[in-house]
Amino acid sequence: MGNAIEATGLVKRFGKTTALDGLDLTVRTGEVHAFLGPNGAGKTTTIRILLGLLRKDAGKVALLGGDPWRDATALHGRLAYVPGDVTLWPSLTGGEIIDLLARLRGDGVELARRKELIERFDLDPSKKARAYSKGNRQKVALIAALASDAELLIFDEPTAGLDPLMEAAFRDCVNSERRGGRTVLLSSHILAEAEALADRVTIIRAGRAVETGTLAEMRHLTRTTLDAELAEPVAIDAVPGVHDAVIEGSRLRCEVDNAVLNEVLRRLTAAGVRTLTCRPPTLEELFLRHYADQSQDAERVRVTPAP
Amino acid sequence: MTTTPVLPTAGAAVQPRGGPLTGAGALAKLALRRDRIMLPAWLYVVIIGVSSNAYAFVKLYQTTSDRAALVASGESNPALLFLYGRLNGDSVGSLTAWRYGVWGALFAALMSVFLVVRHTRGDEEAGRLELIGSARVGRQAPLVSAIAVAAGANVVLTAVLCLVLPLLGLPVAGSAALSLAIGTCGLAFTGVSVTAAQLTAGARSARGLAIGVLGVAFLARAVGDAAGANGPSWLTWVLPLGWTEMVRPFAGERWWVLALPLALFAAGSWLAFALAARRDHGAGLFPDRPGRPGAPAALRGPFALAVRLQWGSLAGWAAGFAVTWAVSGAAGKGIAQLVGTSGALKEEFTRLGGQSAIVNAYLSALMLLAGIVAAAYGVSAVLRLHAEETAGRADPVLAGSVGRVRWGLSHVLVAVGGTAVLLVVAGVATGLGYGLSVAGAGGETARMLGAAIAQLPAALVIVGVAALAAGALPDACVAVGWTAVGLAVLLNIFGQALQLSHWVLDVSPFTHAPRLPGGTADVAALAWLCVIGVALCALGLAALRRRDIG
Repeated sequence: MGNAIEATGLVKRFGKTTALDGLDLTVRTGEVHAFLGPNGAGKTTTIRILLGLLRKDAGKVALLGGDPWRDATALHGRLAYVPGDVTLWPSLTGGEIIDLLARLRGDGVELARRKELIERFDLDPSKKARAYSKGNRQKVALIAALASDAELLIFDEPTAGLDPLMEAAFRDCVNSERRGGRTVLLSSHILAEAEALADRVTIIRAGRAVETGTLAEMRHLTRTTLDAELAEPVAIDAVPGVHDAVIEGSRLRCEVDNAVLNEVLRRLTAAGVRTLTCRPPTLEELFLRHYADQSQDAERVRVTPAP
Repeated sequence: MTTTPVLPTAGAAVQPRGGPLTGAGALAKLALRRDRIMLPAWLYVVIIGVSSNAYAFVKLYQTTSDRAALVASGESNPALLFLYGRLNGDSVGSLTAWRYGVWGALFAALMSVFLVVRHTRGDEEAGRLELIGSARVGRQAPLVSAIAVAAGANVVLTAVLCLVLPLLGLPVAGSAALSLAIGTCGLAFTGVSVTAAQLTAGARSARGLAIGVLGVAFLARAVGDAAGANGPSWLTWVLPLGWTEMVRPFAGERWWVLALPLALFAAGSWLAFALAARRDHGAGLFPDRPGRPGAPAALRGPFALAVRLQWGSLAGWAAGFAVTWAVSGAAGKGIAQLVGTSGALKEEFTRLGGQSAIVNAYLSALMLLAGIVAAAYGVSAVLRLHAEETAGRADPVLAGSVGRVRWGLSHVLVAVGGTAVLLVVAGVATGLGYGLSVAGAGGETARMLGAAIAQLPAALVIVGVAALAAGALPDACVAVGWTAVGLAVLLNIFGQALQLSHWVLDVSPFTHAPRLPGGTADVAALAWLCVIGVALCALGLAALRRRDIG
């Protein structure tokens, strides 16, 4: 089987606002796919369409080979979902909700796995849900999803509200799910999380996918950060493709388009390199660039009318 | 005070140095802003309800002879005494106060309960008060602002009625007494609900507790009124709705009685402040006990979940029904005796159809009331669908292998089943209550059970309206559902005295329900009501399939 999720040109409008504006998203079977974007970019709307809770206005979407709207009930037996804002029934205990959610998916829960996860996430399953903190509510939904045998796991900002220890536990779990061959769609605005877990990434902005691919592919399109100590100063900032160069005596720090990396390194070695660190951009930097570009675009639009 | 309705404590509560009341003014403004539709709607319903009916009475019953039949039945028909209270005097004002005093007060009390719980325990449960409490807001400020808003609403209600009723041609003193009797009942239930909101951990149970007290108050006065001179007529004096009658508007006003609801308001508010100062944020009087670490085998699927979620509230309603209708049924015995004692009454009763007809009229009025109140339960249970959806709790169910129709149907079934259960309880309780007191419990129970179940098809139509709205018009479904209940109350409890045309009365499904015992059951009409009710539910579920969730 090819793709677990295949969406092209998805459009969703709520009254006058357009939440999704021709979104494309492809998640391959067996991969962990990070779905990144700032608040309000349309991540949750996309997921709710995938779950058949919302109806798309235009575009095509296939989930596990079926139509998420028409075949919702059958498809939901094969996936597990953790919402971004977990609300539970206040009068039920966490343990009851874990079991209930498993049964609503159509299968029971494996007791050993359930017990292991409850210990792993340090949850008290006999507490009523009204007494749980946000993090504990999140844990209930996570345990219910991870204890299932679903082919596809959909997490909407799963670690918002978890402490760092629990976040680490979550990452371990997702990594072992990947090894087990499950497909994961992970929506997040926490870039470190996506960077640590994802095989491929889709970045979404204002209802459109602006970039998609493996982290390696994305970095290829972008810049490398250089930090060097040289024998003598080099006027490297004159080279086209070099950005944000900071030259302090013999120290140099700059960002270089990968296309001109060879040229820049040639000039540096000509001047004599004492130390050199080169690193690919973090996802954070990729992300900031996207949104910095966006605000620059906006500025340009504003500036254009003036002569 | 200026002529515009300004809330008295709102502005005054802001203190420069920051006491326990700091921020109450700002909170009251916020509450008014959030309630800018709901609050005027409540005031409109109560004010228009009372004054338009008063207007109709003034027009319809101008002369003593016009009023004679109504006055005679008001003085002697126990069913009417049970529903509306005692008739003091025979003027138009007396008739208005009799028909709309208790019910106006009932609605003012409901308004106060909903307002207070929404702004105290409701906000606390939703976590909004936590955010507010972290700002520069005094510990008691949310409570003060909630009381101020509810009290202000009742003051406005009283003031407007005070102005409107004399304009319709009713005497000024009586109008003032009636308005104050209604408004102070709202205040009394402000005190009751503000205390209830401190006792329970959830808004739903706080509302349930306060409305339970209201139910008991209605029952106490209804039984006290219908029991006659030899029965426990002192019951009318025990709780607020009875006090509304005891003010005797238009019939030698007893102004001092108004002090009773005001005292209850003060006591309730004081108790709430004392409780609030002692408890933790978010906690009720009783701490949550730990529950099961795993789900019982039966909790597997949307229907089991719906039953589990709604079980507690249905049990509460059923207990209320059992007590109310058993006591009301037992009061039927007093009616039978009453007929035997007084010669003048005997004549009047014979005119109305004799002893058995009188008792039957009383019992069938009880069944009509049971039908309408059970329909109200059904509407609240169906609206749980909407509550689950807006709280985001529909998502995890629908993201499971559960179709929308199955999910929607589970709550509709609980609503319809619960309505049926309540009617069975009402029938059995009335039958036992009446049967045990007159001997013949078995036969009476069977008869009353049938009479109660005959109300189910009509209630099903009302529940169906709410189900259709929850499926097709989620934003308006709360308003639509309760409007349907309100229309049934208006048309079937007040419609006849208003001499409304049959075309209008026919709108309510309860107009087509049989008047049992005593009347005849029209099987075709019952079948039609069932068909319409089921069709409305089916349409609602079909609409639910087609729209966005959440």
